[in-house]
Amino acid sequence: MSMITDMLSDYVPFMTRKAKFATETGEPIWGVMAQFDDVVNAYHAAEKMRDAGFKHWDLHTPFPIHGLEEAMGIKRTILPFVVLGGTFTGAGGAAALQWWVTAYAYTDIAVQGKPYGAWEPFTMIIFELGVLLSAFAALFGMLMLNGLPRWHHPLFRKDRFLDSSDDKFFVVVEARDPSFNPEQTSRFLREIGATAVDLVEDA
Amino acid sequence: MTTLHPDKVTADRLTGKPTSGGPQGPHGDGTLFEDPAVRTPLVLNNRSLHDVTEIVCGYAENSPGKWWLPTFMFTATVAGVGTLMILYLLVTGVGVWGLNNQVGWAWDITNFVFWIGIGHAGTLISAILCLFKQKWRTAVNRSAEAMTIFAVMCAGIFPGIHVGRIWFIWFVFPIPNSNAIWPNFRSPLLWDVFAVSTYATVSALFWFMGMIPDFATLRDRADKRLRAGSGTSKLCVQCPVTGIKFFHLPVSADGIRAFVYGLLSLGWRGSGRHWHRYEAAYLILAGISTPLVLSVHSIVSFDFATSVIPGWHTTIFPPYFVAGAIFGGFAMVLFLLIPARELFPNFKDLLTLRHLENMAKIILVTGMMVGFAYAMEFFIAWYGGNKFEVEVFIQRATGPYWWAYWTMISCNVLSPQVFWKRSMRTNPKVIWTVALLVTIGMWFERFVIIVSSLNRAFLPAEWHMFFPTAVDILTFVGSCGIFMTLFLLFLRFLPVFPLAEIKAVMPQGDPHGHGDGGDHGHGDESHLAANQGGGH
Repeated sequence: MSMITDMLSDYVPFMTRKAKFATETGEPIWGVMAQFDDVVNAYHAAEKMRDAGFKHWDLHTPFPIHGLEEAMGIKRTILPFVVLGGTFTGAGGAAALQWWVTAYAYTDIAVQGKPYGAWEPFTMIIFELGVLLSAFAALFGMLMLNGLPRWHHPLFRKDRFLDSSDDKFFVVVEARDPSFNPEQTSRFLREIGATAVDLVEDA
Repeated sequence: MTTLHPDKVTADRLTGKPTSGGPQGPHGDGTLFEDPAVRTPLVLNNRSLHDVTEIVCGYAENSPGKWWLPTFMFTATVAGVGTLMILYLLVTGVGVWGLNNQVGWAWDITNFVFWIGIGHAGTLISAILCLFKQKWRTAVNRSAEAMTIFAVMCAGIFPGIHVGRIWFIWFVFPIPNSNAIWPNFRSPLLWDVFAVSTYATVSALFWFMGMIPDFATLRDRADKRLRAGSGTSKLCVQCPVTGIKFFHLPVSADGIRAFVYGLLSLGWRGSGRHWHRYEAAYLILAGISTPLVLSVHSIVSFDFATSVIPGWHTTIFPPYFVAGAIFGGFAMVLFLLIPARELFPNFKDLLTLRHLENMAKIILVTGMMVGFAYAMEFFIAWYGGNKFEVEVFIQRATGPYWWAYWTMISCNVLSPQVFWKRSMRTNPKVIWTVALLVTIGMWFERFVIIVSSLNRAFLPAEWHMFFPTAVDILTFVGSCGIFMTLFLLFLRFLPVFPLAEIKAVMPQGDPHGHGDGGDHGHGDESHLAANQGGGH
């Protein structure tokens, strides 16, 4: 259920998100963002965030960190099952198409007297289309589960955040987290070693 | 030297003393170790994560040097000539090639198999080396994948245009039509259509997916400059002689970058939850691409192996073609990247001698494999006792195309043998020369297989020679131009190294502590400690 609401909030944010807090200038707060300057601190911060029981938080990194899903307490992705669906669709579709064409719709090509419904020559295209649809499922399934493409995001408005694709690491807590409070959460992030903490306005 | 009385170098190594110089010590650029206990640095000169970003993004953001534009104009012209030749063929007919009734496949299918073979190294490096956790692949995988896609594009041209009546090419697709005609799914030529188009699509998806985080880096850098107000000067063309600026555009270069790279990055923001799914998707793609890359050239070889032509009708073809494809593909990677290493600043820090040596070893191994296949073809022809088969192979080595056969043997089997010597396989000039020879040799291999089998059919009355016409030659040269043009555009505008993957294998990317960059042993120890403590 939470996955569905997460996806809804990614694609149609106005349907799900209600601002609980506002900045001094009255702008709704989307969350807080804390910078960490190296991978070791970021990794340990992720472990502390996990242990503190935050729900809607994330660690933005320039590269995939080995073992981060453990440190963040992320459950295994369901992506392999999405891909398996693609594999069976592709392979099954190829088998059905070839059998229908060769054994049923167009029996005018007699090849060396071999039976029209022989399955052996179909194996190549069954394999190829199985791979093709698995690859589509892997890429587009990954993007869909991630709520991408989404070209706009409140974080992109923060100048500091642009370093997250270079060499900085950002722990982000969203305002919709049940235990979120702008002051307390910022203080907690500083305690676990953040070098800079910013409020992120909703936009 | 024994274990009881080791020589000095071994004694030092066993007691953990650092060795410098001598047979065990670092030489070359410092990446060539004999000692398996020493972890070879994948990035040289103690670069930080930010340095790597600067180096790689610099290739896409800065002007690439004076050599680029003239080279690009030259290759684009050659590509244009090739395109004109294809147009000439289409409006005139396949008679403009040197094909005849006996030799019905010649340069067209030779070029097809040549290019599709080259297109195997990229996915091999991305997929198979990824599954084997070969971290050195990060230095070459992006450019090898790019090369793969461009080679498959060149390959796709030839089967398309060789059919003669190009307007019937849609018959290869199973599309309902008013003639109620369907393609023959029992033909390897149709399997080929599906194999090659699947391969092209999956390679492109793999390549694009790998670039998403790097596009995000390029987007953020352009955006940062725009916000700082430093990247806002509008685009225009400056006359090199008079210095007058004209052709003013209402956008800045960084504006275009932020928009285009931003669009391509799909809004990637490096979230840990996203990376988790991204890595799962990458691993799955690697897993399914591995059998795919092996299947594609196997299916290409079925085009020949399922026929009854002597010289084609042999079961060794699938593994023989796959080994040859890897061999030719790695040769092309080296052929392209060794000059790039010289021409781009700091390229050598990311693509070290160690990487070149590893690829030279793969060339040596796969070269021996194709050498074995050449010998085995002769053995089977003799052992099988088929007169026609024996005759074709004798004609292949001594007949009218003997020079093609012996070019193939000397380029593919003999020239890689220099790599037995370490000084040869760590010398970029030697590697480049061998890579060039192997590329030539692999073209001749396909020519030998196709033409020398067809020109000696069952009856002497069928024997016929093939001579290429100028259109044949210029079409092939043109396809090389298309390939080089696309590769030059890749070097200029796209992330040439996988930034995120390189950062993840650097000591600074290790979440369990790292040394001062020079001391790579320390990273190992703390990683071990974290494992023992149940850290992850």
